[in-house]
Amino acid sequence: MRARVFVTLKPSVFDPQGTMVAEALHTLGYAAVKDVRQGKYFELEIDARTPDEARRIAAEAADKLLANPVIESYRIEVEASSAGAAA
Amino acid sequence: MKFAVVVFPGSNCDHDAYYAVKHVLGQDAAFVWHKDTSLAGADVVILPGGFAHGDYLRTGAIARFSPIMQAVRRFADVGGPVLGICNGFQVLLEAGLLPGAMLRNRSVKFQCEHVFVRVEQTDTPFSTACRQGQVLKIPIAHGEGNYYAEPAVVERLEQNRQVIFRYTTAAGAATPDANPNGSVNNIAGLCSEARNVVGLMPHPERACELAIGSADGLVVLESAVKSVTRGAFAAAG
Repeated sequence: MRARVFVTLKPSVFDPQGTMVAEALHTLGYAAVKDVRQGKYFELEIDARTPDEARRIAAEAADKLLANPVIESYRIEVEASSAGAAA
Repeated sequence: MKFAVVVFPGSNCDHDAYYAVKHVLGQDAAFVWHKDTSLAGADVVILPGGFAHGDYLRTGAIARFSPIMQAVRRFADVGGPVLGICNGFQVLLEAGLLPGAMLRNRSVKFQCEHVFVRVEQTDTPFSTACRQGQVLKIPIAHGEGNYYAEPAVVERLEQNRQVIFRYTTAAGAATPDANPNGSVNNIAGLCSEARNVVGLMPHPERACELAIGSADGLVVLESAVKSVTRGAFAAAG
């Protein structure tokens, strides 16, 4: 089963990289892009019986390692249909 | 007395720290590999600068799981003096031995330059030989030294006098211009609540001889010798 973990800086935390990317987009003429927040994306292949179990394991991984709770939060999506599919 | 310098894969200031302690200060020093589980009887532990585990994921995020960190935590828990320099500071933050986290520098650049830091408190094992308010010229070399903690945490740090070093001008003024990375309250270094664990982004070990531009950092390491010699912050590693 595949879990996708999206790690982003908390809204209250300044994102110097995202700000720089936004400035670069403005230089390219994309004035419509008002703000950019940069984050991290993880795909976890998890040997789990149910989506709930996969989600629980992914959440533990995020709490312990993938995200730093001082500055980051995360969101998890579980893709149940990928069970048994070739990578 | 003996210093242990922890070596992670990717540490690159381990030899600088060893040299400063052993050859400038004339103290006993030993490298300790990150997979070791003992600090080999050290009186002081240094987590050096560099890019432990390639800084993969986040700075210090993987290093905190190295086996030696359990021994460092036990040593710190019983009052042993631990100094984290630059990447070593980042490891201490990820390990939860110090509060807060590091963000990318406000400039989004790797800042490599001499800066000035003011000694805010002298009751730690790494500032006890300093004068309060003393301004030290010490180099920084980091891309992620923008110290962040939630406002309530920062307030508590200030109230507990846990901010030990602050970026200032040469005259000792903590202005926005003197802040090289955007750290909240110009924080360059702080200590644990028990005051025995200290982390700072500038590199005192790279400023121990006039021949390389500054000897101002020596007082930080001399503080450890003074502190251990007089019996404060002692623990058996």
